[in-house]
Amino acid sequence: MTRSQAFRLAAGGFVDRARPLRFTFDGRPMTGYAGDTLASALLANGVRLLGRSFKYHRPRGLLSAGPEEPNALVELRKGARREPNTKATTVELFDGLEAASQNRWPSLRLDLLSLNSALAPLLPAGFYYKTFMWPRALWERLYEPVIRRAAGLGRAADGHDPDHYEQAYAFCDVLVVGAGPAGLAAALAAGRAGARVILCEEDARLGGRLLSEDLEIDGLPAHVWAEEAVRELSGLAGVRIMPRTAVFGVFDGGTYGALERVTDHLPVPPAFAVRQRLWRIVARRTILASGAIERPVAFAGNDRPGVMLAGAVRTYLNRFAVAPGRRLVLFTSSDDGWRTAAAAARAGMEVAAIVDARAAVPPAVMALAPRGATVHLDARVREALGGRALAGVALEAQTGRQRIAADLLAVSGGWNPNFALASHHGARAEWCPHLVGFAPSGAPDGMVVAGAARGMLSLARCLADGWDAGATGSETLGFRPVGARAFSAEDEPSGVSALWHVKGGRAKAFVDLQNDVTVSDVLLAEREGYRSAEHLKRYTTLGMATDQGKTGNVLALGILAETRGAPVPSVGITRFRPPAVPVAIGALAGRHRGREFRPTRLTPTHAWAQSRGAVFVEAGPWLRAQYYPMPGETDWLETVGREVLTVRRSVGFCDVSTLGKIDVQGPDAGLFLDRLYINTFSTLPVGRARYGIMLREDGFVMDDGTTARLAPDRYYVTTTTANAVRVFQHMQFCHQVLWPDLDVQLVSVSDQWAKLSVAGPKARETLRGVVDAGSDLSSEALPHMGVAEISVMDGIAARIFRLSFSGELAFEVAVPAGYGAALAARLMQAGAAFGITPYGTEALGVMRIEKGHIGGNEIDGRTTAADLGLARMMSRKKDFIGRVLAERPALTAPGRMQLVGLRPLAAGARLRAGAHFLAPGAPAHAGNDEGVMTSVAFSPLIGSWIGLGLLKSGPSRLGQRVRAYDPVRGGDVEVEVVQPCFLDPSGERLHV
Amino acid sequence: MRYSALSLAWNALSGHTRWQPAWRDPAPKPYYDVVICGGGGHGLATAHYLAKVHGITRVAVLEKSWIGSGNAGRNTTIIRSNYLLPENVPFYEWSMKLWEGLEQDLNFNTMVSQRGVLNLYHSDAQRDAYARRGNAMRLHGVDAELIDRHAVRRMLPFLDFDNERFPIQGGLLQRRGGTARHDAVVWGYARAADSRGVDIIQNCEVTAIRSRNGRVEGVETTRGFIGADRVALALAGSTSLVATSAGLRLPIESHVLQAFVSEGIKPFIDTVVTFGAGHFYISQSDKGGLVFGGDIDGFNSYAQRGGLPVIEDVCEAGMALMPRIGRVRVLRTWGGVVDMSMDGSPIIDTTPVRGLYLNTGWNYGGFKATPASGWCFAHLIATGEPHGTARGFRLDRFATGRPADEKGVGAQPNLH
Amino acid sequence: MRIECPYCGSRDSREFTVLGDARLADRPDAAGPGALGRFVAYLHERDNPAGLHPELWYHGAGCQSWLIVTRDTRTHRIQKVEAARDLPREGALR
Repeated sequence: MTRSQAFRLAAGGFVDRARPLRFTFDGRPMTGYAGDTLASALLANGVRLLGRSFKYHRPRGLLSAGPEEPNALVELRKGARREPNTKATTVELFDGLEAASQNRWPSLRLDLLSLNSALAPLLPAGFYYKTFMWPRALWERLYEPVIRRAAGLGRAADGHDPDHYEQAYAFCDVLVVGAGPAGLAAALAAGRAGARVILCEEDARLGGRLLSEDLEIDGLPAHVWAEEAVRELSGLAGVRIMPRTAVFGVFDGGTYGALERVTDHLPVPPAFAVRQRLWRIVARRTILASGAIERPVAFAGNDRPGVMLAGAVRTYLNRFAVAPGRRLVLFTSSDDGWRTAAAAARAGMEVAAIVDARAAVPPAVMALAPRGATVHLDARVREALGGRALAGVALEAQTGRQRIAADLLAVSGGWNPNFALASHHGARAEWCPHLVGFAPSGAPDGMVVAGAARGMLSLARCLADGWDAGATGSETLGFRPVGARAFSAEDEPSGVSALWHVKGGRAKAFVDLQNDVTVSDVLLAEREGYRSAEHLKRYTTLGMATDQGKTGNVLALGILAETRGAPVPSVGITRFRPPAVPVAIGALAGRHRGREFRPTRLTPTHAWAQSRGAVFVEAGPWLRAQYYPMPGETDWLETVGREVLTVRRSVGFCDVSTLGKIDVQGPDAGLFLDRLYINTFSTLPVGRARYGIMLREDGFVMDDGTTARLAPDRYYVTTTTANAVRVFQHMQFCHQVLWPDLDVQLVSVSDQWAKLSVAGPKARETLRGVVDAGSDLSSEALPHMGVAEISVMDGIAARIFRLSFSGELAFEVAVPAGYGAALAARLMQAGAAFGITPYGTEALGVMRIEKGHIGGNEIDGRTTAADLGLARMMSRKKDFIGRVLAERPALTAPGRMQLVGLRPLAAGARLRAGAHFLAPGAPAHAGNDEGVMTSVAFSPLIGSWIGLGLLKSGPSRLGQRVRAYDPVRGGDVEVEVVQPCFLDPSGERLHV
Repeated sequence: MRYSALSLAWNALSGHTRWQPAWRDPAPKPYYDVVICGGGGHGLATAHYLAKVHGITRVAVLEKSWIGSGNAGRNTTIIRSNYLLPENVPFYEWSMKLWEGLEQDLNFNTMVSQRGVLNLYHSDAQRDAYARRGNAMRLHGVDAELIDRHAVRRMLPFLDFDNERFPIQGGLLQRRGGTARHDAVVWGYARAADSRGVDIIQNCEVTAIRSRNGRVEGVETTRGFIGADRVALALAGSTSLVATSAGLRLPIESHVLQAFVSEGIKPFIDTVVTFGAGHFYISQSDKGGLVFGGDIDGFNSYAQRGGLPVIEDVCEAGMALMPRIGRVRVLRTWGGVVDMSMDGSPIIDTTPVRGLYLNTGWNYGGFKATPASGWCFAHLIATGEPHGTARGFRLDRFATGRPADEKGVGAQPNLH
Repeated sequence: MRIECPYCGSRDSREFTVLGDARLADRPDAAGPGALGRFVAYLHERDNPAGLHPELWYHGAGCQSWLIVTRDTRTHRIQKVEAARDLPREGALR
């Protein structure tokens, strides 16, 4: 084993040598320093082999030092916190960090699936489209299972994510994305102008390339200048700095999605801290200063551990004080690459050779060559040699072919501006010959791109461009002008020539390292006609890996252009899709998971019901009491039967507060309701209620409910629980959009009133113990469908509605919502002598089915009023929503499925909703389908299961038999078609 | 050249340099018997079946961009025939039958994988609604099983069964449902149609339909006028734009539907699962990516991009259903412009313009319909009569009152 | 998307629900011949343009106003927002 941190430089860098941190990789303990990334710490410990590629399981090391990393993916943490496919280059080292390599078996060094490399001739791009077709049955049984066993990279966590996430909003005048030189300058300008600025930086440390380069600004080392800039920004009141925050998406209206990695740099989030936070940042102006990403070159063996981007080498040297190797060869076609040779020499590395594909370089660049380095111009690296680590390079130089021993090959093919966010709204990219790359030619509304992200590759230009963007942006928003500003910084050489692909060499030349897309794969796609950039991507999987093609996409276009002898932009333009960086699903979901997935609405009697041991059921957003078991009851059917019989024989009550309640007032209130409902409300006397049906404009039933008239110009409308929100919105639509001329006002009072339905022959007597003296509950004063404003429980204003869903004498008593539980308790007292019971939604359902009332199962959006036996309610004298289209031929044609009741012929046979009706003896075939059972209940009164259903021409088939066919539950029951009302069809019980 | 393991091995010997283009790149001819507008799955399938079943080969498929660039390449790849209404079940089942033989028909591995589609239910009412649907499927001869919570737990032990806002009670399972590789479907149909003489013309946008005296004459395109005896529209979200030039106002709105794919992880989700208490459906591809989606954004859009509210909504439902995926990262999202109809069901029909045929209204469900849509559209174009399984998809159903409204929400496209 | 509600100011679109084409405000006359055809067209047929599209949005989590939002369906840019109740219209019921 090598000495701890054998590759750490003795001095320099932004790591804290006083704070060593222990970590493990594949179980092997190592030490790094605070300020390291996992990648730099591994490199410091001499670990070169970090992962295996997707398809061929090739050994891979670090290519980069940032989020563009295609190779160094690890499983970070363990168990339920395991994070697959985590880029070692973006992980801040913390004490106790555990990382493991992935997609290898049995070990990273010896990975048996690397045998795929030997089969490579049979596995070109898209090979699976051409085979595995015979015999057909083997796809699911053999081929696909084998493919899936090899699929994927890391493993998902072992259990439910134990960490917390949250979503938050932020607003600003100027959003600056990226805190490199351009971003810092932009934030300074906007901040000094007085704008509210948010500066987001993906990295934990601000400065961007200033941390990696050995340059000066205004006479200060660049990183010191960055520290001072950050210090000034921190002191500006309107500036908010958000490190560890990656802006991942541009959305409409100047909204940006950003991911803040709040505690990812800690072993586990501290108590009450979230792991990550999703920001929705609303910005008036945005300055995109997201820098540039270096481009590799395709040549044989360019994937070997030890082949690294030249800029990344400088980052490891300068920022992390780590030597990525001992002996360097530089292969470049850009001026910038030469800086790596200089930096390496300064750090004490041996620079064996500088290989530049260009025939000539400027003298200032030549001056960067360290003493002792052989410079080869107009030369190329044909092949990177070695196995699990680089051993040397094969050159094609002017002096002929030669081999040079090296353990590090730094590569630079130039820089691609990173403007992914600018293209999220479809802004085009344009080809810039001087960059040999694409630059943005537009941006989403409110965004400007600054610095290297738009191709300004020298430090001086980056700073000036960023400042200008910040100053101009804030000035157009009305903030004080801050003027132009010159920075004293180097305008370092940034020339580059196109260098895409070096032919020759035995090993594969890779374009997309993670997905193992090679140059020959790209050429095969071209040959087979997958010529558009998108076809190329999809056919070869180029750019589809976790690095999102950040290093490979432009390279592939360049190779294709070279092959076709055409300009690059004619081949295609790279497009970026959000998110610009991969975002954890948990972060996007925030707190909305588990019980908090959606809000839970509780009825006014919830706590009271809970104290009585009620069982609750989810009803849309509501939690409602389903039934109230008593000691000794063994199953829900027994409890519900007891509740029903108690109501039918004596008295019970149920919380119906979930119904929608709408107060409708104004001189035109009656007319307004006439237009909404199929029946008439303008003729309803004050103090009375009426059942109403509302259609959609297409003529199908939308909702039902009772409406009471409280005063000549005041109605109180109720809706079903399920449609409360929708009906109110519909009524507002009718009022505001269709008939704004009507003098009417609506307000939802659903939450204002608690409403308990008291039902049963003893309901009136029970209520006498609740209402205040002087309230007359007699049939004369309060007949069936009568309504009164009364007071209850010593002076509490209440409304009483003599309405019945159960078919019994019943009253709905509404009190201000806060009194709901008190009312329930009082009812229990008042009804104690009668054996009163609270009842839940199950008993409510049983009794409504016994009475043949329609519910949500019958109002399924495809039934007409006539289908539900309510044709007579439709007024012919007026227009109302849905009237015209309800007369469409098929809605009035004979043979429609219509509401009936059903009883099993065999006593005790169980009915199930969802069964289909077939004529007795008819084969079970769709052509014989005659309808469906919609609701069922066990009626304790009748002692049998009963059902409601929709049956073709149902009402004309009373007394006939049909099969209720339910193959998915193995049911096949013969039933008799009966009237939908099973109990008291003449309604005598209502009128006692 | 036929595709097979043998041909793959044979070509390996020559370094795969002898493969021919999967389809030709012809210049448009002045006249075709049938011009199909739209080189997505539906248009290409229509061309294939016109050529193969009806022997009509003087056919061009015109695509404004690259084939498959619309919804064919922007979906969650689910195939199923688990519908309720008699207008829909036979059609989607016919599609399923065609999926089951697609690789052999096309000689292209479209990776039809019958890994099962499980729709979860979370309430008694939802269970009964799924029973109703499952029974309807069984009556049509389609496989359907209603399974309970325990069976769901055995299949998908990593779902949240402990802390659910809407407890999972069970699910409706169609084992024959599953997924197919969306791009391969496009390429497979293109290659098969091309091999029978169909011209597939990319980068050729149809700008208008030319007709005279109520009879279609051809199409104006960015590459000039192309004459045709019959013109067939298979343009999904762009249908209205072209149909307007023929004077048609359609019961269609174009909406954006987003889809999502995660980084590749070792497969652990073996079936397609849909959440019944939110908008969320998910499967895992053979590469390891989680492929998932949810509701449409809800407003008319031709922008092929969606908003953050739906992204959050989808991930919230995903976390509510399977909190194990919290640390898995979304890698790409995209938006497709879908042709939402007024009842949530498609339209395959003739139009008031003679020789002009319409195939639209695919809502969320276009991908799974691809084979049957092509088959039935080809039947209509070739014979003038609707195919037996597509009789419910006529344009006049809104006037006569026969909508095929699976969800029962009426003529509001963004609710379907 | 952000919507500039005339009553509440700039709000995130998630406070709103959208119904669609603002032509739904022009409910046809139910009386007279041809009403059925008018209603079929009114409810089902849409212009569905790629470009400016006046549409109905409801500020349900705000002031509960129905708004006419004129929005470009290609870019989602909002050109103007008006309260539906203030708009003059034809085809009202009486």
